[in-house]
Amino acid sequence: MKLAAWTYEGPPHVGAMRVATAMRGVHYVLHAPQGDTYADLLFTMIERRDHRPPVTWTTFQARDLGADTAELFKAALRDAHARFRPEAMLVGASCTAELIQDDPGGLAATMGLPVPVIPLELPSYSRKENWGAAETFLALVRALVDRSRRPSPREGRRPRVNLLGPTALGFRHRDDVTEVTRLLDTLGVDVHVVAPLGATVADIAALGEADLDICLYPEIADSACRFLEKSFGRPTIRTVPIGHLATCDFVREVAGHLGLDPAPALAAAHARLPWWSRSVDSTYLTGKRVFVFGDATHAIAIARVARDELGFEVVGLGCYNREFARELRAAAAEHGIEPLVTDDYLEVEARIAALQPELVLGTQMERMIAKRVRLPCAVISAPVHVQDFPARYSPVMGFEGANVLFDTLVHPLVMGLEEHLLTMFREDFEFSDEAGPSHLAASHAAQHAAAQPQIRPEPVAAQAAADGLVAWTPDAERELRKIPFFVRGKARRNTEAYAAARGISAITVETLYDAKSHFSR
Amino acid sequence: MNAPAVAALAAGAPRPVLRERGQREVFCGLTGIVWLHRKIQDAFFLVVGSRTCAHLLQSAAGVMIFAEPRFATAIIEEKDLAGLADVHEELDQVVARLLARRPDIRLLFLVGSCPSEVIKLDLAKAAARLDAGMRPRGVRVLAYSGSGIETTFTEGEDACLAALVPEMPQAGNLGQRLLVAGSLADVVEDQFARLFADLGIPADVLPPRRAGQLPPVGPGTRVLLAQPFLGATAAALERRGATVLPAPFPFGARGTEAWLAVAARAFGVSFDRFEAVVAAPRARAERALARHRPLLEGRRISFLPDSQLEVPLARFLAEECGMVPVEVGTPYLHQRYHGPDLARLPEGVRLAEGQDVERQLDRVRADRPDLVVCGLGLANPLEAEGLTTKWSIELVFSPVHGFDQAGDLAELFARPLVRRQKLAALAPEAAT
Ligand code: SF4
Repeated sequence: MKLAAWTYEGPPHVGAMRVATAMRGVHYVLHAPQGDTYADLLFTMIERRDHRPPVTWTTFQARDLGADTAELFKAALRDAHARFRPEAMLVGASCTAELIQDDPGGLAATMGLPVPVIPLELPSYSRKENWGAAETFLALVRALVDRSRRPSPREGRRPRVNLLGPTALGFRHRDDVTEVTRLLDTLGVDVHVVAPLGATVADIAALGEADLDICLYPEIADSACRFLEKSFGRPTIRTVPIGHLATCDFVREVAGHLGLDPAPALAAAHARLPWWSRSVDSTYLTGKRVFVFGDATHAIAIARVARDELGFEVVGLGCYNREFARELRAAAAEHGIEPLVTDDYLEVEARIAALQPELVLGTQMERMIAKRVRLPCAVISAPVHVQDFPARYSPVMGFEGANVLFDTLVHPLVMGLEEHLLTMFREDFEFSDEAGPSHLAASHAAQHAAAQPQIRPEPVAAQAAADGLVAWTPDAERELRKIPFFVRGKARRNTEAYAAARGISAITVETLYDAKSHFSR
Repeated sequence: MNAPAVAALAAGAPRPVLRERGQREVFCGLTGIVWLHRKIQDAFFLVVGSRTCAHLLQSAAGVMIFAEPRFATAIIEEKDLAGLADVHEELDQVVARLLARRPDIRLLFLVGSCPSEVIKLDLAKAAARLDAGMRPRGVRVLAYSGSGIETTFTEGEDACLAALVPEMPQAGNLGQRLLVAGSLADVVEDQFARLFADLGIPADVLPPRRAGQLPPVGPGTRVLLAQPFLGATAAALERRGATVLPAPFPFGARGTEAWLAVAARAFGVSFDRFEAVVAAPRARAERALARHRPLLEGRRISFLPDSQLEVPLARFLAEECGMVPVEVGTPYLHQRYHGPDLARLPEGVRLAEGQDVERQLDRVRADRPDLVVCGLGLANPLEAEGLTTKWSIELVFSPVHGFDQAGDLAELFARPLVRRQKLAALAPEAAT
């Protein structure tokens, strides 16, 4: 049993819904109680979809349990087929129906529906949303792909690739697909099929006709790509084009596999990030300590952008999806830091509190955490929020995606000269650092402090309280207040650690500056 | 007192009801936690369920949480399904950890879900065991079901309040007291408290704002339901000797007046005193409604089943705003509690109980009402079909009861219509 106040991922059948909803002509019949229908609103509200997800719920009740829930399922499947006339159907169970073991797949098989019916086995008590999406996509591809279809000869046509992994409710998937399609076009490559997003049953059948598969979102498409590799004996591009450097790598890799010259596409790139980052205005970004958390793919990619493209120092890196823990650990090792693989946001909060970064790059939950501990934050990964579906074009992949990332990552920070002025005139009452960056909403930091409930700290967070043995003299406390808020936490911790290590019980102004010189790099 | 209202109350002729069974597009009872945890300020709601239950709660609670909420889910995992003895031990550990982290909690609800019920996890027993252990520390532990196989949306609050009833202290023989049952926004509760005080009626509320403030109950208790979905709570109160007073629900000027009048009659308040107390707020409510009436009058409205507020709200909109209800769908129609409002609905309204969502949407498309009250999963798709919608959940989450909210309530229905007018140029029809 696991205590959760909030979860990064929904149950696996929500992953299956993301695939079904992304596609056209597919209908999903879910054996589930009425309350599970809440999942529809994720799509219609968060993503503002103008159609209901193509899902029929059996909504069995307690009184049905004694009677025949299997019959209820069959009736729902029959009615859904008659009403929606899909080209393929998915059938499965949510957590509750899994327990009553009606076997939707087996029941459907006895009904002789005139369309392919694909059974989904998504164990709800051990698996989660991303895994459910990956398993569903794999099941669809396995069932519907025509293994006899192969690419036509290359003469007289442009090479074509499949873009695999984008779904409904994906973090910027809509715009990533557009951006990567444009990028491939500059390279002289056509997109054959995008799936699941926008794909029909016929599109899935035709996957074999592409020259190459591109795994845009490994969380969703990795297993399907492995299956395609085996079935068609062709490679998958696994470099995810998030960030300027990764996009260059991606272009070279695709070009290499297809025998194309990458130079024109690289030269044609509307890449602003490199110059924006090298321009002197950005000097102040140097060595900013950032904490990165999200799904493994986005977290790893953003950590690279942060270090190699913005000159930040990555002090923490983590993900919530254990399926990609290996990749995340390898990336953390490469950054020389401790990885954090957890789906418990309280652990993430404790790590952020312990590391005292200057910027948090995470999910909407880290945005909340950052607000609570008064740190700037940008959102770089699912789970999605209505804000992650901006009206404007806003990819995170490709060269334009890198430009978007530059803005996204820099925006929450105090601007260059403003930072210096804050440091010099920190006692000016109108220049109070409580106000936070001038380009962000007033009292950005101060306003949320009041909303915190009385919570006893977790053991990890309690560490700081234990250091309370070291007391601050009033003078030192006043001096500490003069340090701008975005580094004050770090200064406090460093000074306390310095004092504790030397058995100093009262921190004076002297101790503060001794510690400063001790820790200055 | 108001003579026409009394006459209307007496007329309870049965109406035809369309009863449907099929796909239900509604929340389960767990959703009530979203407002109940705010209402009872030292209570914690621990759902014993699945990742789906946790996901429902965070999605219904507005997608994100800003501070640590007073609810959580103990997510059942594969290994818990192997042997039941284990689950109880695990639950004890989860509860111990939770209470260590939240020393401010005085009342812990173990909330049953579909998975906990299907595996027959006896939460009542678990609660009794934990309660015995925690009582010395000043923490009570109770259980109720919010599962989707047993409860529909607001029925979760009903189950929660019903679980509180046996814990209410026995009232002494000190004559009659009024008990207002059903959680209301604090501001509304305070308004009603002032009105009852002015009427000279001693009144308590259920649920209380703090676990330690459970009101007494006994044969002298007269219950006025503030919400139309409290059948189990009413029955539990009756078992404790209380008498439930049938009344229309307190929406709008007339609904609120009729509701108060039922209490006034039970407590022998004179006509003059009643008039003296309600005249001013009633006039305020009428003035506020008059502002919205021109926009709402004659507009046709359909309700999809959601919170059981549908019948009283349709009564309010028809009687006080001049709207024309076309179909009023409700998950459950309780003649006993909905009767007084039903009696005041206009002729020709199609009443529907239960749901088959596809068939119901077919009827909505055929009826093409000016406004459809529906859940969040359906609103945008219906808007895209050219219909105007009102999210039903807002009617549960906003202060809408009583005289001083009458205008706000009407405005909730007027807003989507106003918005559609303002944005007319953006509609796809306008572009062609
Ligand atoms: S319907 Fe049942 S399984 Fe679904 S969220 Fe509600 S209690 Fe949990």
